[in-house]
Amino acid sequence: MEKFGQHTGRALPLRLSNVDTDQIIPAVYLKRITRTGFEDGLFAAWRNDPDFVLNQPEYDGASVLVAGPDFGTGSSREHAVWALRDYGFKVIISPRFADIFRGNAGKQGLLAVQVTDDVVKRLWDVTAANPATEVTVDLHSRTITADNLVADFEIDDYTRWRFLEGLDDIDITLSHEAQISTYEGHRASHKPLTLGR
Amino acid sequence: MTATTPRTLAHKVWDEHVVRSAPGEPDLLYIDLHLVHEVTSPQAFEGLREAGRSVRRPDLTLATEDHNIPTVDVDKPIADPVSRAQVQALRDNCAEFGIRLHPLGDLEQGIVHVVGPQLGLTQPGMTVVCGDSHTSTHGAFGALAFGIGTSEVEHVLATQTLPQARPKTMAVNVDGGLPLGVSAKDLVLALIAQVGTGAGQGYIVEYRGEAIRELSMEARMTICNMSIEWGAKAGLIAPDQTTFGYLKGRQLAPAGADWDAAVEHWRSLVTDDGATFDHEVTIEAATLSTFVTWGTNPGQGVPLSGEVPAPSSYPDGPARVSAERALEYMRLSAGTKMRDIVVDTVFVGSCTNGRIEDLRAVAEVMEGRQVSPSVQMLVVPGSTRVRLQAEEEGLDKVFLAAGAQWRAAGCSMCLGMNPDQLTDGERSASTSNRNFEGRQGKGGRTHLVSPVVAAATAVTGHLASPADLPSTPKRRA
Repeated sequence: MEKFGQHTGRALPLRLSNVDTDQIIPAVYLKRITRTGFEDGLFAAWRNDPDFVLNQPEYDGASVLVAGPDFGTGSSREHAVWALRDYGFKVIISPRFADIFRGNAGKQGLLAVQVTDDVVKRLWDVTAANPATEVTVDLHSRTITADNLVADFEIDDYTRWRFLEGLDDIDITLSHEAQISTYEGHRASHKPLTLGR
Repeated sequence: MTATTPRTLAHKVWDEHVVRSAPGEPDLLYIDLHLVHEVTSPQAFEGLREAGRSVRRPDLTLATEDHNIPTVDVDKPIADPVSRAQVQALRDNCAEFGIRLHPLGDLEQGIVHVVGPQLGLTQPGMTVVCGDSHTSTHGAFGALAFGIGTSEVEHVLATQTLPQARPKTMAVNVDGGLPLGVSAKDLVLALIAQVGTGAGQGYIVEYRGEAIRELSMEARMTICNMSIEWGAKAGLIAPDQTTFGYLKGRQLAPAGADWDAAVEHWRSLVTDDGATFDHEVTIEAATLSTFVTWGTNPGQGVPLSGEVPAPSSYPDGPARVSAERALEYMRLSAGTKMRDIVVDTVFVGSCTNGRIEDLRAVAEVMEGRQVSPSVQMLVVPGSTRVRLQAEEEGLDKVFLAAGAQWRAAGCSMCLGMNPDQLTDGERSASTSNRNFEGRQGKGGRTHLVSPVVAAATAVTGHLASPADLPSTPKRRA
């Protein structure tokens, strides 16, 4: 995972709540066994509509997605994060994220930033008024800046540290291998094994 | 925390699995069972290979093929080359890393969340994960079970652990007994409509109360399965005699002295008197009735006796916008009676309602009746074992005689990944778990229903309950 300190880019206002992962990428795109190249599946059904915000040329190259509450609900498919990442998004801003989506985003260096409904509405207004507005998301100071708007966001210290350092979870966990082995030595004997005893 | 501090069931199971705990860091949780399927695992195995890592505990891992497989011609090679390649990747990966796999055609093959319980592999007090959001199903046994993404699948394969922040706990108290004819599916759909799709976010939920205690294991699985549909991290139910009775004698359940030791421990897995939840929700079971969805998220539901709501009945803001958009997508107008909604497809199956009790309930309604000529009905068992059991009981003959299609086991039309899909504009009554836009096929429209509502709807061609059907000659006898 690459280090993430600060990102500045134009923002795409997605004025919808409950954007589930089936909308972010439909199931038919999940048959692939690669980990990249999912940008064509991003919002595949909605992109058929010429009026869909992603089809508006003034938002070309936007790298910050600003969505309504309950973003990323439903299926656990990490493909949703891969599709957003492959399309070029670096930050998703929403008043509330589904747990699994936020976890998946965190593994891929896609920053999920939770703010109040009010901040989302103001970001929508700012970016609608001027799609060229640059939005800066600063992980050091935990702030979002866009035009005259400056808003704090909360993120837990651990996730923030992992992003700032660009750390891989598996490496961190494997540094605690001795404790895992100790735990395994004390597991109850009645716990099931899939391969027989 | 001392041993005498009253704790919730969720925190007891959590505490038992903490490998490492440090201030300011998530707990490192040990995973007792990792279930794997073909769709969310190939990139995880590839990651292991790239890093030169092995699977730490293949003996705590089990794979099955379910999401991306056909439900017809299952003895032939998979026709879609992309699907075939993905299924082959799972077979190659399981062979390479020494993982037990139940492939298409195997007696134990089926939807991962049906297979685990029926093998006796899902047991109280365990931690269970899978690269699938409906892993919450296994919570019905008093296990802490939740869905994970592919990077986490790789993490569990490599370490048999996951770093997890300790969630808050919530109680859903269902007071009183369920009225006659009201199923677990109705209960959970009504709950989600009441609390909203985001209400469980950040919580492990414990379902409690008389109505829950009275449910069979399979009905409890239906409830816990849909925990994710209102955003919960996991949903669980304290194990009891119903749980022990279901498990005893199953292939991978403990036996002999191990069984006694296990049951002794399992009996301790209850929320202590005096333990507090961070939040509580109460539902009066007596107020519940048959429930169906009208919209495009599982919280957009009403009683079958009700009508499509007006968006203006929702508070101004995202909920109202979402309702407006849902009505447009579903091609419905406010005020339409739910019973007047005509469907062309009925799907019975999925990890929510694809078990033997569900199929029995559907067959009981279908017996001596015909699927409406304007409806196609798919009955897809949750596992090969469920299929064989249904055939032993003659349920398949009831479905076929009624004009329904009887398929092989898999996820099928629940998620529209295999050829079983709605086409643009088709409308289904479905026993599955998600009514998202295009979930069952691009442009398809989904109404979530219970098994008996699916059956009655197949007969009438519009949303209906068994009580709406004229009695059959056999019934009068």
